[in-house]
Amino acid sequence: MEKQNRRSFLKTAGLLTAAMTGIPNKSAKAAPEENILSEDRMGVLVDTTVCIGCRNCEWACKKAHELPTESLESYDDKSVFKKMRRPNEAALTVVNQYEKDINIPVYAKVQCMHCDHPACVSACIVGAISKRANGSVTWDTDKCIGCRYCMVACPFQIPSFEYDKALNPEIRKCDFCFNRTKEGKLPACVEICPVEALTYGARNDLIKIAREKIKKYPDRYINYIYGENEVGGTSWLYLAGQDFSKLDFPKLGTKPAPGVSESIQHGIFAYFVPPASLYALLAGIMWLNKKKSESEGVE
Amino acid sequence: MEMYMKPSLISKKYFTPGVIVLILLALNGLIFLAFRFFFGIGSVTNLNNQYPWGLWIGVDVAAGVALAAGGFTSAALGHIMYREHFHSIVRPALLTAMLGYTFVAIGVFVDIGRWYYIWHPLIMWNGNSALFEVGICVMMYVTVLYIEFLPIVTERFIGRVNLKKSLSFLNKPLEKLLKILDKGLSKTIFIFIILGVVLFTLHQSSLGTLMVIAGEKMHPLWQTPVLPLLFLLSAISVGFPMVIFESMIASKSFGSKPEMDVLTPLGYTLAPLLGIYLAFKIGDMFIRETFVYLTEINTASVMFTIEIVVGIIIPLRMFLSKKVLKSPPLLFTASSLVIFGVFLNRVNNFIVAYTPPYSFGSYFPSIGEISVTVGFVALLVLLYRIIVMNFPVISQPDERYAIKTKYTIRG
Repeated sequence: MEKQNRRSFLKTAGLLTAAMTGIPNKSAKAAPEENILSEDRMGVLVDTTVCIGCRNCEWACKKAHELPTESLESYDDKSVFKKMRRPNEAALTVVNQYEKDINIPVYAKVQCMHCDHPACVSACIVGAISKRANGSVTWDTDKCIGCRYCMVACPFQIPSFEYDKALNPEIRKCDFCFNRTKEGKLPACVEICPVEALTYGARNDLIKIAREKIKKYPDRYINYIYGENEVGGTSWLYLAGQDFSKLDFPKLGTKPAPGVSESIQHGIFAYFVPPASLYALLAGIMWLNKKKSESEGVE
Repeated sequence: MEMYMKPSLISKKYFTPGVIVLILLALNGLIFLAFRFFFGIGSVTNLNNQYPWGLWIGVDVAAGVALAAGGFTSAALGHIMYREHFHSIVRPALLTAMLGYTFVAIGVFVDIGRWYYIWHPLIMWNGNSALFEVGICVMMYVTVLYIEFLPIVTERFIGRVNLKKSLSFLNKPLEKLLKILDKGLSKTIFIFIILGVVLFTLHQSSLGTLMVIAGEKMHPLWQTPVLPLLFLLSAISVGFPMVIFESMIASKSFGSKPEMDVLTPLGYTLAPLLGIYLAFKIGDMFIRETFVYLTEINTASVMFTIEIVVGIIIPLRMFLSKKVLKSPPLLFTASSLVIFGVFLNRVNNFIVAYTPPYSFGSYFPSIGEISVTVGFVALLVLLYRIIVMNFPVISQPDERYAIKTKYTIRG
């Protein structure tokens, strides 16, 4: 079925309507473990009140993803905190320092949030990015054409691109250590964290834990779990002692990021009824006008 | 009796000082382009992780698609509405659309990081992606435009196939092929013409959907769920101004009179078209109450105001005046303003409105990016000149056809 669709599509533009009706069917039949929101999906709860800014997670992440890195000792250097940093193609996660003027600084780790309804997955022209059953949002090098639409779409401004590579530039972002968790290991950053600021577990359980923490220590936390409802929910969740806008978290609505664009898209295409009707309508107008013009004759 | 106009070859010298400047500009663009292919996109552009799309997507692709709309509007008028009076504009507009879309495809090709995978969307589908829809429709539309152009090729060569020496054995089969093509096309071309119109409405609107997913990253003056409709309406209203603009430049460049008997009636349609576009644009602004952003003065509000006032309101007022419609320089000015307005709208949507939440500076295109874009425009004009000198595209007065021949649908 799928193959036939592809072939007839290539064959002639005239068969457009027939061939293209295959799109909705096909996306519904996509590989079983991809782009289905599993009830048991995993997540990480980040407690920014616990993080000490040791940046060991940055080192472990680079090691796990075979990115070039200096020795672990060099990460003791606190001068990097002077500027806000963002994850990029050379570092999939970074830790930033906030509230520098008070005695105890606050640290926030940044990486892909692994949205439940990712804008990047919806946007990707070739479906190279997928939401996996375990919650991770992963990228497929064999499909990606390097158009960078995922970067335009991402509300957290996470995916990065290797602009200086002429051949096979990659889209780079945290993949939730997909290859490690597959083998039963913890994500590299969670494993190395010396103060347990990061908790890995089923997302539903993490939300419960977070609520309990807030209830137990109302002075320590503000009553808000960032990521619980942002853009429809994210796999990574954050607790903090102050408003999240102070930690540079974007203020986002609760509607899934791809929502509007997908409904417009499906509205225009709705099983190809609107385009096919337009075609028929135009053909009718053309025929009528031609007849009219012929009956009027040469003036 | 009106002079019968027949598409014919333009016989002029190819090389003029202007053409040589264009060749230099094209070469300059190609040199920068070579850097992009040998050292990566970063070596030529100012793009970075904060600003993933820049001049090449905003101008070469988005504005390019909009400004190639003349092919659609004139096909709709000449073929769907069947107004024979306007047939002389159909071919030049078709050629511009064909070349325009070809360069849009080339623009995409150089902007994507893995250009050798440009065929992936053909077999790897994501029906949720607006970009996928744009990509597929543009690919099909280019094909349809080339098919629509084929009758011009057969007309040029039937009975004239004359290859020399060792290739002469091909003459007969080629002639036969052309005749089969011509016969087949004359019966089926209407399928492609209607298909072209449908594909046009689809991808013009999806091009608007593209930026909707950027959500909060886009300035509220432009970010609206009706973007697809605004894109479609603006593309439709820029179609005839492009035809008028090109026709007048071609007339000047080839030393003939502007075809005012055709261009003036085209101008009559523009006030209503622009009016509808303006109504939706302003209506959207009031429904979403985004006019509050116009009270502060910054790049976004200034660009938005220029887009509306210079690009829509002034030309709209001009097209309402008979004097403007009948005067070649004024009609040309008004048309140029519409083109400028739609061009600016695409640049605004894709570049100006885009404000990443974490940015370390703003984006402005590099010399390399500008050179490549200018080079592509120069190449397009050069190709246009070559084609109108070798194929019957532009209509010229022809004494031999004093009486109108029976109309057949031809490109």
